[in-house]
Amino acid sequence: MTRRLMKLTVWRVIFAIIMLTGAYATYLRIRYGLGGSTNLSDKFPWGIWIAFDVMCGVGLAAGAFTLVAITHIFNIEKYKPVLRPAILTAFLGYTLVTVGLLFDLGRPDRLWHPLVMWNPHSVMFEVAWCVTLYSTVLFLEFLPMVFEKFGWHRPLTWIHRISVPLMILGVLLSTLHQSSLGTMFLIVPSKLYPLWYTPILPLLFYVSAIAVGLAMTIFESWHSSRAFGRALELPLLASMARVLAVILSVYLWIRFLDLSHRHVFGLLSQNRIETWLFLLEIALMVVPMVLLFKAKVRANPGALYACAVMVVFGFIANRLNVGTTGLEAGSGTHYVPKWSEVAITLSIVAMGFLIFRLVAEYFPVFEAHSPQPASLKQEETEEDVIAVG
Amino acid sequence: MSKAILYDSTLCIGCKACEGACAERWGLPYNDKIAAEETISAHKLTAVEVYGERFSRRLCMNCLHPACVSVCPVGALEKTALGPVTYDADKCMGCRYCMQACPFQVPSYEWSRRLPKMRKCDMCYERQSQGKQTACGEACPVGATLCGEREELLAEAHKRIAEKPGAYYGKVYGVQEAGGTSVLYLSAVPFEQIGLRTNVPNENLPDTTWRVLELVPDVVTTGSVLLGGIWWITNRRTEVARKEGRRQ
Repeated sequence: MTRRLMKLTVWRVIFAIIMLTGAYATYLRIRYGLGGSTNLSDKFPWGIWIAFDVMCGVGLAAGAFTLVAITHIFNIEKYKPVLRPAILTAFLGYTLVTVGLLFDLGRPDRLWHPLVMWNPHSVMFEVAWCVTLYSTVLFLEFLPMVFEKFGWHRPLTWIHRISVPLMILGVLLSTLHQSSLGTMFLIVPSKLYPLWYTPILPLLFYVSAIAVGLAMTIFESWHSSRAFGRALELPLLASMARVLAVILSVYLWIRFLDLSHRHVFGLLSQNRIETWLFLLEIALMVVPMVLLFKAKVRANPGALYACAVMVVFGFIANRLNVGTTGLEAGSGTHYVPKWSEVAITLSIVAMGFLIFRLVAEYFPVFEAHSPQPASLKQEETEEDVIAVG
Repeated sequence: MSKAILYDSTLCIGCKACEGACAERWGLPYNDKIAAEETISAHKLTAVEVYGERFSRRLCMNCLHPACVSVCPVGALEKTALGPVTYDADKCMGCRYCMQACPFQVPSYEWSRRLPKMRKCDMCYERQSQGKQTACGEACPVGATLCGEREELLAEAHKRIAEKPGAYYGKVYGVQEAGGTSVLYLSAVPFEQIGLRTNVPNENLPDTTWRVLELVPDVVTTGSVLLGGIWWITNRRTEVARKEGRRQ
């Protein structure tokens, strides 16, 4: 065991470098404040810690609510094998979002303030509440994996008893805050470039979160199948990819309608950085959509993975555009993140990969690990039988 | 009725007395180096800017419907009935949404501090609540900065334009901008020539997010009924299927 841990691989070296630079950047953040660790300014108060760590982090964790809705509310049971990894990703994702916020907030010691000092007119107040509550829901949805690991049956039955309201609550909270991250930017009509500023930002954020949630599920299934030597659930992922293609086309269609109703297509003829970033973002959504409509692509693990990666990058491009680059011209300034901002963001991502791996190794995250049914529904059924019998 | 400031840039001589008075009021350092800075910042809450022969003053607009107040997740900002938009540093958690939301890019942050605060002009709230003028208004030697009731100042502004149409650009800045502001500007030239933002929407900005936020209760109630209903139907379907299967 020790020897296996000590083995030097390329990835471990990269990981170590990332964590070391991250640690030094953290020192700078604590010692010299936001001024000494970021390139933020009065004209550009939000950087990649908000646009990536928070906005992308929350979005990339959307797989859990999408799959909970599919498997437990719409009762499409065949997706169950990928539900637990999605819940784990989300739980980790939200935890890391909070870590990111601790770096970004000027007063991280006051992270709890929105829970006590209310302002119902603030979108961020709503997001703070939803994220707090949803993290709790995710924790409760994750707990069965811990209980199963240690064979605690009684708490397991307790948690299964509240599972349905819990899951409905989770889907509602996600719907609210995934869209609200878009609503946050409705307050800056004169700053956000018109290719992105639209009254339907909340809708676009919501639909793209569903899409990226599915893409992330494919992404992590592919990686975990390699890491743990599991067989890839290919038919399952292929059918999920079909759903993804449909959601992507709905998303792109809404965006097309929105742009045409607002008469902003003309902006695309301008040779500006915004035009190219917009086209990049759209291409990263259009290409996988077209490809995923082909059965041949869906049946090919490598191609499927490539499409999922494109969607993830398209999503990240969109959030970075709305959260940073799309605001530069309107704010009359340029923003390039300082190395320490990038270092901390990379460390957070690297931590996510590491913790996911460790948890997946020690807890029954993947079906193959445990004979116990991952499905809460079956569990309930057994109780029913006992109750009836 | 609420308090406001009327700044007439045609009268301003650029003496920066307002800057000094403001720094004194906030207990901030003020010297030649700071006086030379032409932008507002966390250590300079009002700044006189030079545009050729003309001057312009920057300070918080203390909007009638402030975006900063609506976005603050902890309610640290407040639009007082008196007019000023005040800030409670003890509540602030440093999310800087107020800075992002402000269409005039007014709020500044103490970036280099370990326990930073946001800073902006609050139209001398505590002076005004004691019936005194703002520090800048009191300091101005030529009456370029006037304090008073917004409606009276607005009437005064229109009167000046009517009396000397040649001396003024025919509009008052702050009447409609962002739904109206408590700081009003008069200028001899179009406002963008003295550095004022003319792309600020005339709508009341908090409405842009409230239109969506007010749907939250509807989403929650409709959503729970819908999701609960779907669960009930699909679950019932599998239950029936299983029982029938068992009987066979």
